Amino acid sequence: MSNNDPSTRPKRIFSPFEIFWHWAQTLLIFGLLFTGLEMSGLFTLTGFESAFATHITLAWMLIGLWILAIFWHVTTGEWRNYMPTGQGLMSMLAYYAYGIFSGESKPYAKTAASKHNPLQRLAYFFFKAAIAPALWISGLLLLFYNLWRETLLGELLPLAAPAAVHVGAALALMVFLIVHIYLASTTGNPWYAHLRAMVTGYSNEHSTDSAEK
Amino acid sequence: MIKTYRTITAGLFLVVNCLAAANADHTPLDTEAMLDPAPAEMGSTADHSKFEQLEGPFEDATEVTAACLECHTEAAKQVHSSIHWHYEFQQPETEQDLGKKNVINNLCFGIAGNYQRCSSCHVGYGWEDHEFDFTAEEQVDCLVCHDTTGSYVKFPTSAGHPPYEDREFHGETIAAPDLAEVAQNVGPSSRETCGTCHFEGGGGDAVKHGDLDSSLIDPPYELDVHMSPEGADFTCSTCHTFSGHIQLGSRYKITMPEDERPVAADPHQKPACEACHGSEPHDSGIHDKLNQHSEFIACETCHVPEVARGGKPTRTLWDWSESGRMDDDGDPVVETEDGVPVYDGRKGRFEWREDYAPEYHWFDGNMHYTLLDDEIDPTETVTINRPMGDHDTPGAKIWPFTSMKGRQPYDKEHKTLLTAHLFGDEPSAYWQSYDWSEALAAGMEEAQKIGQTEKDFSGEYGFVDSIMHWPVAHMIAPAEDSLSCQSCHEPDGRMAGLEGLYVPGQDSHPRIERIGWWAIGLTLLAVLGHGSARYLLYRHKRSKQENSQEEAA
Repeated sequence: MSNNDPSTRPKRIFSPFEIFWHWAQTLLIFGLLFTGLEMSGLFTLTGFESAFATHITLAWMLIGLWILAIFWHVTTGEWRNYMPTGQGLMSMLAYYAYGIFSGESKPYAKTAASKHNPLQRLAYFFFKAAIAPALWISGLLLLFYNLWRETLLGELLPLAAPAAVHVGAALALMVFLIVHIYLASTTGNPWYAHLRAMVTGYSNEHSTDSAEK
Repeated sequence: MIKTYRTITAGLFLVVNCLAAANADHTPLDTEAMLDPAPAEMGSTADHSKFEQLEGPFEDATEVTAACLECHTEAAKQVHSSIHWHYEFQQPETEQDLGKKNVINNLCFGIAGNYQRCSSCHVGYGWEDHEFDFTAEEQVDCLVCHDTTGSYVKFPTSAGHPPYEDREFHGETIAAPDLAEVAQNVGPSSRETCGTCHFEGGGGDAVKHGDLDSSLIDPPYELDVHMSPEGADFTCSTCHTFSGHIQLGSRYKITMPEDERPVAADPHQKPACEACHGSEPHDSGIHDKLNQHSEFIACETCHVPEVARGGKPTRTLWDWSESGRMDDDGDPVVETEDGVPVYDGRKGRFEWREDYAPEYHWFDGNMHYTLLDDEIDPTETVTINRPMGDHDTPGAKIWPFTSMKGRQPYDKEHKTLLTAHLFGDEPSAYWQSYDWSEALAAGMEEAQKIGQTEKDFSGEYGFVDSIMHWPVAHMIAPAEDSLSCQSCHEPDGRMAGLEGLYVPGQDSHPRIERIGWWAIGLTLLAVLGHGSARYLLYRHKRSKQENSQEEAA
């Protein structure tokens, strides 16, 4: 096939900032997960002290990255990519449950204007609206325990409560990551196409139905 | 996975180290500016060897005191108002009358009936019975605190007097000091003089306190950064500052600084660490967690990683119920293990420990005692002194403690602890006749005479388990040897079992974690199943395509 055909020419989907943001976030989140799991007592590699110091350093770096990313999303309007939609959700589910096995093509193709399929939108929205805030709020409560220990909040909320939320949200994040990594890195055409798009910014995917906007 | 983690961690280490490693450092203190000048540099304005009054010879130690008082006219009155003299302490929080005159312990029980032996650690002479005159000025022992020759000793059974001629005690010769020489060489108190009594608590070196023993006379830096000559070279009174012969610091009511004054040698907070180190002694680093910990964890908790670190084991159990075993000659049986007695027919069975982790309790600084009048439950271990405060008590912190377990006599009818007449020539003394009934009756009679109790001994005695708690505050290790975060933040860490505490890394959330890991496991299975099915279908389709191509060919 020739790239002269406009429907198959690689299209820029992700901007350099998005690529940087995604992979920086990947590193930080994995670092946070490993140090967090070590602190929770799952294993001992570097000891609690260095795991904790690393965890906090990574957390501040991720907060910084998020501030940058939020600013970018707001100013570019890219935040719309994360607004969930019911439309096409069932067909995405049906595709992963059935169509993908029988060789049907995906009922959705990413474009620069709409980068995520409806299922992705829902999953990312859940991550951004539920898992991440739960982690940030509980994490900051844990970090600044001394500021609220002797206030009314300290009387109402035992330290174990934000810790439980933090651990629960981290485990939920792991569930999200497993599904995300599997779907995002193996279900393209060819199978690694999505991963390639996240690295190069370009996608070969072309629309076969009306999902493209 | 582990390798990936190591790489990530190693990469981040530079950043983290720059930001956080400073936590391990100690805030440098300008100790020289804060402390009183060392005695040698102070240069006393009086050379005591030039005083005629101190030329001697002295027949009796009280004559030395009389000579001292000729110049130091108010000294004895000051000592009289000190706990070192009157052995009484009114605990303002619990309103209990404490002090060695009133409390009971699980070592040798108490002073009543055992004056001559116990008063070898009294800053006085002649406390032989309940009629001792606490107003007698010449009975004050100046030398026990102010000796600098190292030759002054109080004979263990002479009611506070030194030996006036060389005498034997348990096979050891105790030399009579030259009182005139001692008097002419008086000076400030030292680690040795305080240690004469405080290192020997419970009747021997390190017996009573796991954090106070003779290893502190000349401690290496690793043992005690403050008292070591290689460190700050503190004496006891550097922190336990004396003013008018009254010292700061008490085990009945510990100084718990609450305000947040910065680093300054603040005498009002002594002997607490905060008096010099302030309430935020650690560099904040990236997270300031160490300073946050100090809001509810005593400095000693991390900075005394182990107790009895000076090479001397401390006693952790004293079981009187097994005492009284005699050998064929009628002498008390003595058994030793690793150089320490584990059984003594006079005292019972002992256990010792060395270099071990203290235990931890919430503590607001106030000790509550079970006194002779207090009813006990003999089916339970009697807590003789209970550190007060809980996780929700304002100002309470987690403190390290050593504990002494005991098994000691109690009154079966009155359900109270008992004190026994152990020492003395009388047949009622336990160490004469080994008859508990006699010894307890005599002990309780003496206790009544000093107002310790109004109760008689009913005649029915048994033995009850008991425990005493000693707050640990000495033998501060170098910063790099203090407890690591890991010591508590790991499963079964040091704080295990302590109420009112959530320790990340030690405490888990079993239900959330079970649900979470199940969800992760099932997701992994689903993904693997999904992926395998796709792969198999893909292979199947490929081989069908190849077959049809071959057929076509």
